[in-house]
Amino acid sequence: MASVTLQSVSKTFGAVKVLSGIDLSIEDGEFVVLVGPSGCGKSTLLRIIAGLEEASGGEIRIGERLVNDVAPRDRDIAMVFQSYALYPHMDVSRNMAFGLMLRKEAPDKISRRLGEASSKLGLNSLLGRLPKQLSGGQRQRVAMGRAIVRDPKVFLFDEPLSNLDAKLRAQMRTEIKALHQSLKTTAVYVTHDQIEAMTMANRIVVMNEGIVQQVGPPLDLYDRPANVFVAGFIGSPTMNFLDGVVSLADGPNVRLKDGRRIKIAARNVTEGQHVTLGLRPEHLVLAKDGIAGEIFVVEPLGMTTQVSVRVGGELLTIMLMERIAIAPGDKVHLSILPGNVHVFDKGSGRRID
Amino acid sequence: MVGQSRLQKTLGAIGLYGAVFLYVAFAILPIYWTVKISVTPQSLLYSEGIKLWPSHMTMENYVNVLQASDFPRFFLNSLIVSIATALLVTAVASLAGYALSRFRFRGKAWVSLVLLLTQTFPLVMVIPPIFRIMGQLGLTDNLYGLIVIYTAFNIAFATFLMQSFFDGVPKDLEEAAMIDGCTRVTALRRIILPLTLPGMGATVAFVFTAAWSELLFALMLINSDDQKTFSVGLLTFIGKFAVDWGQMMAASVLALIPVCVFFAFLQRYLVTGLTAGAVKG
Repeated sequence: MASVTLQSVSKTFGAVKVLSGIDLSIEDGEFVVLVGPSGCGKSTLLRIIAGLEEASGGEIRIGERLVNDVAPRDRDIAMVFQSYALYPHMDVSRNMAFGLMLRKEAPDKISRRLGEASSKLGLNSLLGRLPKQLSGGQRQRVAMGRAIVRDPKVFLFDEPLSNLDAKLRAQMRTEIKALHQSLKTTAVYVTHDQIEAMTMANRIVVMNEGIVQQVGPPLDLYDRPANVFVAGFIGSPTMNFLDGVVSLADGPNVRLKDGRRIKIAARNVTEGQHVTLGLRPEHLVLAKDGIAGEIFVVEPLGMTTQVSVRVGGELLTIMLMERIAIAPGDKVHLSILPGNVHVFDKGSGRRID
Repeated sequence: MVGQSRLQKTLGAIGLYGAVFLYVAFAILPIYWTVKISVTPQSLLYSEGIKLWPSHMTMENYVNVLQASDFPRFFLNSLIVSIATALLVTAVASLAGYALSRFRFRGKAWVSLVLLLTQTFPLVMVIPPIFRIMGQLGLTDNLYGLIVIYTAFNIAFATFLMQSFFDGVPKDLEEAAMIDGCTRVTALRRIILPLTLPGMGATVAFVFTAAWSELLFALMLINSDDQKTFSVGLLTFIGKFAVDWGQMMAASVLALIPVCVFFAFLQRYLVTGLTAGAVKG
């Protein structure tokens, strides 16, 4: 087990800058998820930690050791690939034991470790099979087994669940989290799925365009997103955004395009400042009066109901906890639960408190 | 298929098998005819002309070819040249194909282009300069010369072939191996090589066949009888006044044997998709 420290890591492919000035310290035993849209550089960052890609600048440390020039095999890491990357000509036990065999471990140690890992992952009955004889979920599990059998300092996961169907993905998510709770090995997990990020991480690193946008525990990011990008990326359904201008007359409030005023708690605003308001769907409720709108689409999910409401020229998504008889075309009023308005500077996108 | 009557299905099957039969018959007929003539006695060759099978069969032609001609020598020469060429080409093309598939380097596009360009020259055009070069190198009239030439002419295509096989092996596998503890070379040897064996098999078979049946260079570079390959040797059955069809066909049938054996041996490599199951399919 070890910490992972990145110091102003950058990466360029030719003239294209993929990562710039990444600073990140991952503590020993932590489960950190790198999340962001495709092309944000998260996979490249993971591959730099693995040593599969060379950093153009900056320092990478695993534990105390500077590993910039250390080959992947000497970094004492294990990686689970999106494609699983199982060796097709080796059976499950050879796939899992390959790393230990290369390191010339004693046969009894290999079989003991193999036994432990395969029972932990429920692979005992599959050890003699070839990868092509396994289902997607089983292959995924073997890929995990290959990683844990070596007992590495750091686990790296590159979108390991993307190829699974929704149900299996939810199940594996729980299993990986449980596995981490029992092994307590430092893990860096890359995904574009913010639900995976929210559910699994001790800390989330949100990336966009090669830059770290925000680092923090899942609920901190959800409750206090640092900028419009993070606010829009974390949370499903997505946060609603409305543009307006700050007015300080009788307490800070924001005047929207259509003249409606919304009270805000933020203090660091100036008169006339252009801002973007962020409203989570669950913080908007149906009320007797308030923002007038018209129901556009109703999507019942069972536990909750997601409703799109047309307000002025815009669509707002709201999440209803109770089942109410509503239909498209109904005229409704929305009110905002107090204290739940996020304010961002329109120009920079930064959060204002 | 859904929505077809029984009659339609039957007619469809007849049409399909009919077409396959015609195609196979078309492909097999020359070989059949070669075999037929090789077992026809000289006396019946012209009198029974186009009969599908002679009224009387003989092995005399084979006995003559094997015992009274230089054919065994030609056969051995062809075997030496073809096997050496196939192995040499496959070894070089595998390494070159791996480099083209896996590495980014300056001038890579040019290397591919020039390799492709070599395939566009008509052979006849390059014969005079090659003859001159080989002459000065002392490589005319011996088997080494043929091996060098065949290797040079097959390497471009074989490289492209091998590159496509390496492209077919996901990069992830190599990277997984390198994280597991391999160097690039051990990853190549223990993971990539076993998975590209079918490709190498195909390349060996392709080059072997090409070298085995080559005539133009062999004819041009080889003079003495003890260095002739069988394709050149076949011409010795054409005499000044007559062609010995029976012996020539017997020799041809014998020459088919190594190619058939080779393909029978390699076909399991050619058809197995060893990479199945490597990544999510």
